[in-house]
Amino acid sequence: MSRSIRTGLFLLVMLGLLSVALPMSAQDNTLIMARAVDATGLDPHTQTAFVSLAALSMIYEPLVTTDNDLNLIPALATDWSFSEDGLKLTMNLRQGVTFHDGSDFTAEDVIASFTRLLNPDVASAAATNYASIESMDAPDDYTVIFNLTQPDVPLLAAMASTNAVILSSDVIAKEDPALVTIGTGPFKLAEWTPEEKMVLAANEAWWGDGPYVDGIEIRIIPDEASILAALRAGTIDFAYLNDPLVATLLIGDANVTLHRTPVLSYNVLQLRAAVEPLDKLEVRQAISCAINRQEIVDSAALGEGRVTGPLTMASFALPTDDLFCYQQDVARAQELMAAAGMEAGFTLPVIVANAEPPTASAIAQVIQAQLAAINIVVEIESLELNTYVDRWLAGDFSAAVALNGGRTDPYTMYARYWQYDARFQNVAGYIDDSLDSLMKQGQVETDPAARYEIFAQLQRELAEKAPWVWLYAPYTYTAHQSYVTGWEPTANDSLYFLYAAQINR
Amino acid sequence: MTRYLTQRLIAFIPTLIGISILVFAAIRLIPGDQITAQLGTEAGMLSTEQRAALEAYYGLDQPPIQQYFVWLGDALQGNFGFSIRHGSAVLPLIMKHFPITLELAFMAIVIALSIGIPIGILSAIRHNSLIDLFGRMFSMLGLAVPNFLLGTLIIYVLSVYFGILPNSGNYTSFTEDPWLNIQQLIFPAITMGFSFSASVMRMTRSAMLEVMNEDYVRTARSKGLRERVVIRRHALRNALIPVVTLIGVEFGYLLGGAFITEQIFSLPGIGRLAVNAITQREYALVQGVTLFIAINFVIVNLAVDLIYAAIDPRISYASHE
Repeated sequence: MSRSIRTGLFLLVMLGLLSVALPMSAQDNTLIMARAVDATGLDPHTQTAFVSLAALSMIYEPLVTTDNDLNLIPALATDWSFSEDGLKLTMNLRQGVTFHDGSDFTAEDVIASFTRLLNPDVASAAATNYASIESMDAPDDYTVIFNLTQPDVPLLAAMASTNAVILSSDVIAKEDPALVTIGTGPFKLAEWTPEEKMVLAANEAWWGDGPYVDGIEIRIIPDEASILAALRAGTIDFAYLNDPLVATLLIGDANVTLHRTPVLSYNVLQLRAAVEPLDKLEVRQAISCAINRQEIVDSAALGEGRVTGPLTMASFALPTDDLFCYQQDVARAQELMAAAGMEAGFTLPVIVANAEPPTASAIAQVIQAQLAAINIVVEIESLELNTYVDRWLAGDFSAAVALNGGRTDPYTMYARYWQYDARFQNVAGYIDDSLDSLMKQGQVETDPAARYEIFAQLQRELAEKAPWVWLYAPYTYTAHQSYVTGWEPTANDSLYFLYAAQINR
Repeated sequence: MTRYLTQRLIAFIPTLIGISILVFAAIRLIPGDQITAQLGTEAGMLSTEQRAALEAYYGLDQPPIQQYFVWLGDALQGNFGFSIRHGSAVLPLIMKHFPITLELAFMAIVIALSIGIPIGILSAIRHNSLIDLFGRMFSMLGLAVPNFLLGTLIIYVLSVYFGILPNSGNYTSFTEDPWLNIQQLIFPAITMGFSFSASVMRMTRSAMLEVMNEDYVRTARSKGLRERVVIRRHALRNALIPVVTLIGVEFGYLLGGAFITEQIFSLPGIGRLAVNAITQREYALVQGVTLFIAINFVIVNLAVDLIYAAIDPRISYASHE
């Protein structure tokens, strides 16, 4: 009997000893990275999740890409030009590029890739961004001409997306790209065990300078607080974080460098003007005036974010002071409610996705408190993500707190919402002639100054008509041990530039 | 004996079919499907033609009843479907994740027994003493503290105060590196074993208290046997029979995968496989894992009944009446 007690005690002591022996041995020249969510799949043409595209951006390359300031730079194409009438886009391709299986990259691969992307059977949700491509010609192995049905200025920016990367024509012909991953990028896929880890090996034959690490191991740690712990414990080199409540704990940590990147996505209170009483302009404007956007950033996201109008990209965004009611004005909001005959207020149900993004519920709660000042009772409905997506797509809501994706080009960003024939017209819940015509002009206008003015007008009208109430653009965070150098984050969540990262222990 | 076994095994078949129908229907009834799980709101950008192509790709284009019978027919031939995301057939995938859950369950049971039984015995033989009081407090704590809290606390204490983190997403199997493997599994095993040790302690304590008042224990004492021998040979052996039942039920339950603990400690066991299959709406994988868990549970229960007969001669399944 006393022996079993002794055995028990012995076990307890052993457990104590174990905990001391735990720190893992340092890895060699492989960058160990952690993030909370794993890719949902590997087919770059059909993936839409940010995390999938981020991982694939290291393996596959598009014809053009964007630098840290979102300017277009060459990738697999070295230079490009539009014809005078805007109906032909000619691209010269980089020579001497090989795929991970050793085959040469040529115009044939470009044509096969875009043909696949546009094939309805492949079901790429991004295909609409390339719909103006009517046909393609390859005068030689390193030139591709895209023939367009109409001038399409945003096409170039859309081509920088990871959805428009170039696959090998052999893989397209013989394999399922969801299962066979062969690109031209700086890293090759070595192994993927979903929800566990993805292992990438350096592509020694890559055409650019780098990569400087032997490989990247992306580990999935489902809880961001645990990622933070792993970073502090030194078991990982690099982390990707979304939750400001977790990421800000790293501020001032001597061993860890934290990068905050303002992203193109935006948090928004989507109103559906198709639903009473949101069909009244004054009611929507009153909601916009009653909301204090900075207070939302401060309380829901610890100040981690930037108040934004409808456009988030620096090249087009207007200063928020130029937009309707971007300073909270409760008196004006009350007047507007009175003008609409709604001074008694009403109940507004708001749908929120559970923890997607992590700040969603907090945003809804701050809005709830702020709208109480104009007698609007906000009822928050917190939904599991898939349920939320179903309701959102069906337009089955009065108002929604959403984090919507942004694009580098304003037309590509909003073509799905603010046109009569837009796919998400029902989700947007509002449209008029003026918005529709501004979008259509913005697609074909080739003069940059005129184009800027078109989209400035669009922003002013969207803010004033208040179909939605734009709130703020969040940050995403990359954090790494101070011995990792060379990493510069980008606003589009791409990890392509990890080719420049080095480990200098 | 053989007849009893055959009867039990035949009785499983309707159970398993019932489970498969239930899971098949449940996973399809919750909102969303593999397409929305993959694409999120972008699924709305698909044209009708594109949507139809995707449904055909994932095999969602047939009526559900037909889908079920196709699945059942394949399953009977040992083909449980294919996970596109994992790029693997379902059965090998389950087999790859199962050893982790098995090892974790085994360690959790060992930990629970080595804590629960000694404390239970001590509590019983020092009935109403201070030790008994602490033992009972310990068991209340064990039963009251949920796994997700204990697991998170362990991670927090280890990482903040000791600067270490077991298994930061880099699970190593026992065959690769046994020592590292045990280091990675010991804390999740403690998390799972802790609450079970409380049940073991309570069961041991009450069974011991009961047995200690039995005539044969009094007889053993009056023969002049030392207390230690009385407890070990006469009391404990009988008191442990209900504990075996408890272990069996718990083991079957643990083999179903520690959904929460595996998630917290990012261990790629069956539980985590199931959770992710559900969030990604991978129907074939969800059905395969659930059926596998059900079969496990049923087999473990049968094994417990057989062990029961082995350790308690009063129970017999032989058909000699």
